[in-house]
Amino acid sequence: MYDIAIIGAGIIGTSVARELSGYSLRIALIEKDNDVANGTTKANSGIIHAGYDTRPGSNKAKYNALGNSMFDKLCEELAVPFKRIGSLVIALESHDPETIEELYNRGLANGIPEMRILNGREVRKMEPNLNKEVIGALYAPTAGIIDPWDLAIALAENAVENGVELLLNHRVTAIEKSTGHFKIRTSASGIEARYVINCAGLYADQVNNMAAAPYFKITPRRGQYFILDKNSGSLVNSVVFQCPGKMGKGVLLSSSVHGNLLIGPDSEVLDDKENVETTADRLLFIKEAAARTATGIPFNTMVKTFAGLRASPSTKDFIIEESKEAAGFINVAGIESPGLTAAPAIAEEVVRLLKTIAGELIKKDDFNPLRRKVIRFMELKDHEKRELVRKNPAYGRVICRCENVTEGEVVDAISRKAGAATVNGIKRRVRPGMGRCQGGFCAPKVMEILARELGRDMQEIVNEGKESYILSGTTKGEQDYKGKERSE
Amino acid sequence: MAAAIEAKKHGAKSVCIIERDKELGGILQQCIHNGFGLHIFKEDLTGPEYAERFIDELKEAGITYKLDTMVLDISEDLHLQILNTCDGFMRLKAAAIVLAMGCRERTREAVNIPGTRPAGVFTAGTAQRFLNMEGYLVGKKIMMLGTGDIGLIMARRLTLEGAEVRAVLARRGYPGGLMRNVAQCLHDYDIPLMLRHTIVKIIGKERVEGVLVARTDEERKPILGSEELYECDTLLLSLGLIPENELSKGAGVKLDPATGGPVVNESMETSVKGIFACGNVVHVHDLVDHVTDESRRAGKSAAYFVRNKLKENGPLIKTEPGKGIKYIVPHLIRVDNLNKSLQLFMRVKEVYSNSRLIVKADNEVIRKSRKMHLTPGEMDNIRIDAKILRQEKPAILSVQVKREEE
Repeated sequence: MYDIAIIGAGIIGTSVARELSGYSLRIALIEKDNDVANGTTKANSGIIHAGYDTRPGSNKAKYNALGNSMFDKLCEELAVPFKRIGSLVIALESHDPETIEELYNRGLANGIPEMRILNGREVRKMEPNLNKEVIGALYAPTAGIIDPWDLAIALAENAVENGVELLLNHRVTAIEKSTGHFKIRTSASGIEARYVINCAGLYADQVNNMAAAPYFKITPRRGQYFILDKNSGSLVNSVVFQCPGKMGKGVLLSSSVHGNLLIGPDSEVLDDKENVETTADRLLFIKEAAARTATGIPFNTMVKTFAGLRASPSTKDFIIEESKEAAGFINVAGIESPGLTAAPAIAEEVVRLLKTIAGELIKKDDFNPLRRKVIRFMELKDHEKRELVRKNPAYGRVICRCENVTEGEVVDAISRKAGAATVNGIKRRVRPGMGRCQGGFCAPKVMEILARELGRDMQEIVNEGKESYILSGTTKGEQDYKGKERSE
Repeated sequence: MAAAIEAKKHGAKSVCIIERDKELGGILQQCIHNGFGLHIFKEDLTGPEYAERFIDELKEAGITYKLDTMVLDISEDLHLQILNTCDGFMRLKAAAIVLAMGCRERTREAVNIPGTRPAGVFTAGTAQRFLNMEGYLVGKKIMMLGTGDIGLIMARRLTLEGAEVRAVLARRGYPGGLMRNVAQCLHDYDIPLMLRHTIVKIIGKERVEGVLVARTDEERKPILGSEELYECDTLLLSLGLIPENELSKGAGVKLDPATGGPVVNESMETSVKGIFACGNVVHVHDLVDHVTDESRRAGKSAAYFVRNKLKENGPLIKTEPGKGIKYIVPHLIRVDNLNKSLQLFMRVKEVYSNSRLIVKADNEVIRKSRKMHLTPGEMDNIRIDAKILRQEKPAILSVQVKREEE
């Protein structure tokens, strides 16, 4: 019997898990997919929002503002790269300055610090590559960028290090209320827990409906993105948003925390919670929309396009509350933007909520909030490099030439708690496959290392989910050439 | 290897090859098909056999090499940062450097194929590595986009391993690789070649399940409404090669956007003194024999450079791609470093049948060469007598295509 079952290992589930792992509780973190952070968490803008954009008085506003201020400490503890590069909402049309003013005032109401309204000249000084038509902007220095999956993975690792049990490939199929606990049936083993925290993202409504009557709906809202080469990353210095107008929210331009250029997203309400396809028409829309911010964006250096789904709640705000029907069942649902920013604050709130339901929780005295530093070989000084290779020769072999990642880093990513066991798992943790060759060079090497470290055959290594096999057999194996006679 | 051997032959005392793979030979090791060396050795060799000739000569010449070693950085003043598991992290200073890093493959993103992002999408070269070096099959029912040579070779290779290659698609009206590969790899194996077609969507949740194929117009854009579903479990991409010049950029080497590689002179020297380049890293070659010629020139020149035997001043000619020509290598010619002749390498922008390549020294025509078939997929070359260049002393040497009727 677990004390807590957390359903969903995205940014919210992992944040909650890590927060709760500081208490003497037996916790199960249940995830339907083959890795953590496989849903919305891995496919969004990765922006830590300043918080002027949210409606004052809403949960979104409250947890955005709180969460933003927690990021420095959090990322320091978890050794996750995070950069506060600031954000600009740029005014291009004549009526935009009015909207900028509105956002500024909203920011004040939300308690957002350090914001300023800039004129066109000031904006162009900060961002020389923007279109000359820019007439001003709202500048918020507290905005930042991060790799969202990186944070979730780090949270998961720290949670598991502190005793949380991570159960991958456990898709929840039914929840039965029993006396004082819940019986959770999954696609794998069954789980019993006293309390359930529903962090199931896109499926949070369906999970709620297994335990209680439906009272909210989650609608998938797709957003597509371009990622451009690292050489294009310095096009902008901060996160550049377009002023929301009649045409909608506009698209953003930002460098990512590793220096690529990120462009997007659009917004499209869908029916299908699994539809993460990119589409030619929407990508074209984003390309054209981006041109309003800056002309001459080098789309020919495109490295990747992708799509993610936002979990949009019918209530239009974060749902963070105990179910009124099922005592001990806490819903943390509808965490769309600014969900990533809000995550650390939401996690604290969930713990507070749990305490009101379950009573005081006993803190662990051996809780370690610090995650072992991730060595990025190329960031070390010369003597550190030499010392490291002497100690561990695997750091002397570069297996990803686009991002200069060493074998030592890959092995480390596999060996950690909540570590990588798939090709994409390696990609998200240490970057081979994120570069301009998109895995063309490194894939065989990454697979070889995974097979070796996990004690599996190369053919068993998958890309992402359990069905995403890469190799279909061996040469000179079962298949034979069925030669045809040439018609001559 | 050819550059190293030639450098040693021409007086370079210490020559070291730095190779990131576990064995010498580069991409040739995975090119197990034949067709290599028809010019250089007058034999029909496989890739590994061709490489072996140089490996043997290299070892005999006592040239040192470091395997499983990555060059992390090259600076403009010829300092290298290298890394391997035995020597660790090292900084070296060279008197001259020859760049021979080859290419990477164009990816799905470069042509922006929308859809899902399942497993089972491979570039032809990666599939080749899996098959020929690691011994694994990548799929059973295969669709291929792109008709670069690597793709054509792999279409045949996969068929021989029992896979079904349903079709090979070319976005243009003509294939991108050598005609002999189209014949020997596709026609000979009854693999359908669909010209003027492209893939507009990849379908499949975890693994490829199918692709949507559409016809293309003259501008290679898909024609709406012409989409057809082709079931498959693998998509192979052979969309061309991109010279891998990240290290070159780091060293401040000037690149030609038309080739993707360094701007080079007659000695294969780049814009940075002492840094030479040869092979696919300069421009994508079709025949390894040309790579060897070019590499020998680079190696010899690097040795001459170190021995101060390269003439740096003197008359300088710029080559200029004229009508119909995409690029010419070399870009600059220091006449005093030429021997008897100069070979210009180039590619045309489109298909020409029955035309001439016209070489002009400034405004004067100095050479006309009849060509029955010119295509972007096959590199051309013209040999110019050095005497003419020394005599005429032109500022510009241009090449253009002229159709016979014009």
